[in-house]
Amino acid sequence: MGISKIRRPLLYIVLILFSFFFLIPVYVMLVTSVKPLDEVNLADMWSLPSALDFSSYSEAFGKLAPNLLNSFYLVIPATIISALLGAMNGYVISKWKFKGSEIVFTGILFGMFIPYQSILIPLIQFLREMGLYNTITGLVFVHVVYGIPITTLMFRNFYANIPDEMIESAKMDGAGFLGIFRYMILPLSISGFVVVGIWQFTNIWNEFLFAATITQSDQQPIMVALQNLSGSQIVQWNVQMAGALIAALPTLLVYIFLGKYFVRGLLAGSVKG
Amino acid sequence: MEPAKTVHANQQPIVQVKKRKKLTTDRWKSILFLTPSVILIAIFVYGFIGWTGYVSVSNWNTIVPDFSFAGMKNYHYLLNDFRFQADLRNTLAFTVLFIALVIILGMGLAILLDQKLVRGESIFRNIFFFPMALSFVVTGVVWQWILNPSTGINLFLKNFGIEPKWYTDTNILAGFEWGKIEFGLPVAIIAVVIAAVWQMTGFALAMYLAGLRGIPDDIREAARMDGCTEFQLYRKIIIPLLKPITVSVIIMMAHISLKIFDLIYAMTGPGANFVTDVPGVNMFETTFRGNYYANGAAIAIIMLLSVAIFIVPYLWSNRKGES
Repeated sequence: MGISKIRRPLLYIVLILFSFFFLIPVYVMLVTSVKPLDEVNLADMWSLPSALDFSSYSEAFGKLAPNLLNSFYLVIPATIISALLGAMNGYVISKWKFKGSEIVFTGILFGMFIPYQSILIPLIQFLREMGLYNTITGLVFVHVVYGIPITTLMFRNFYANIPDEMIESAKMDGAGFLGIFRYMILPLSISGFVVVGIWQFTNIWNEFLFAATITQSDQQPIMVALQNLSGSQIVQWNVQMAGALIAALPTLLVYIFLGKYFVRGLLAGSVKG
Repeated sequence: MEPAKTVHANQQPIVQVKKRKKLTTDRWKSILFLTPSVILIAIFVYGFIGWTGYVSVSNWNTIVPDFSFAGMKNYHYLLNDFRFQADLRNTLAFTVLFIALVIILGMGLAILLDQKLVRGESIFRNIFFFPMALSFVVTGVVWQWILNPSTGINLFLKNFGIEPKWYTDTNILAGFEWGKIEFGLPVAIIAVVIAAVWQMTGFALAMYLAGLRGIPDDIREAARMDGCTEFQLYRKIIIPLLKPITVSVIIMMAHISLKIFDLIYAMTGPGANFVTDVPGVNMFETTFRGNYYANGAAIAIIMLLSVAIFIVPYLWSNRKGES
């Protein structure tokens, strides 16, 4: 008891210090983004604004709105399709094991670790041939394909928790492969779909390499547009910070409201399920 | 006895045939379910890696594709290239620092949060977790502003008489001549590591918290009964029990750091003298800005090999562990 009297305040001090480190960028983003341009200078970076000025938000939003829309057109179908494929694969790999199914699974899984640079040159050639280069559809396709490993892994780990006896007794009752999937597995998968959906939504929203190499100007998703905004010659830091916040908002909101599932996805995606 | 045997012999095959037939259709359906994904992965992962490998030994270093065989020329060029040598040094420095800090901070904070003493644990947890929901691009943009040497954090540090140059510093710590470059720890890399650690510590923290929750209380109790101090308890018992998690964290962080691109591209770019350049950024610029496709492909293949060294044994041992 005596020890905990000293230890508790010490513990809080350490945790609060680290909290400061983690919150610095939030402070900088928020404070800078609501400053009028003449207060955005190097010397006053940390000071609070004299008055709230939201013009940087309207300017950033005006520049980023089309790209924001692109990102939604990209993320929603890509998330849904890759989650469905993951559920199908996870069902087979966990409940209909066959000789070599573990090798097939490992082979699929490898795809989530590769540096995407190592497939990028042929991928762009392929998309050009198909007429999908510089289209959101092309980007959706790319994210579906390279999302297969992680969604398969997550659903396999998720379905591993459904007891095999349930499948066996359904088979006894005459249910077949598709029937079991449709009437038993899918209804049990809702939280699995939430976890995988959040994970894919966040990752595809935040992705940069594919987006930057496959799309140009008016087809670009938000992260590329944000990078262009910060790379431009006139450095209006308030607009940049407002832009960064706008770009981060959808995934931040998902995290704030569904953070539990986000962390569950993180744990489910780290191979050892 | 004879008739009975015949009946038995007759019945068995009928049942078996019926059962096998049902199993076969379901078996076919299950394989059909898996087929689209297997085909896509076969083409877009393995086929395309092969294709990139093919490009990497070609002469395609202009905008017009040229698939004539170049042998190891492009690899030879890279290994003697100042920029690529700098990339290798930077990646090594980045990977070591990044993994070490993520593990120390992740495990340390997890142990602190796991103490029953802390109230408001979920608030702290959320503060440490939320950067993971952000894009590396956002992180890069914000940290570029914070670690800008003429502003940012230096406005405080100036009061103590220190003004680090952060990502604009071109010094190499503990440097010595190696190939065309000065090998050592580039100071500028530390700035990028700070941003990356800020973003990824939550990952390690989440893993370690889950691990700590999985350790039964009676183990701690038994150790305390035996006169273990808290420090010994962690050093001798808890941390060794967390080893599988540490291995997973190292693997996940290693593959992220070996392919890192967006954070550095958004935050610093290659940097003066390529002090913050990494293979991911180099590949992107070489291929898509410079049109040196074969060189870019060779960089990509080297990146893939460096990741595979970690990943293949890990996947292999995981697969074995499950069967």
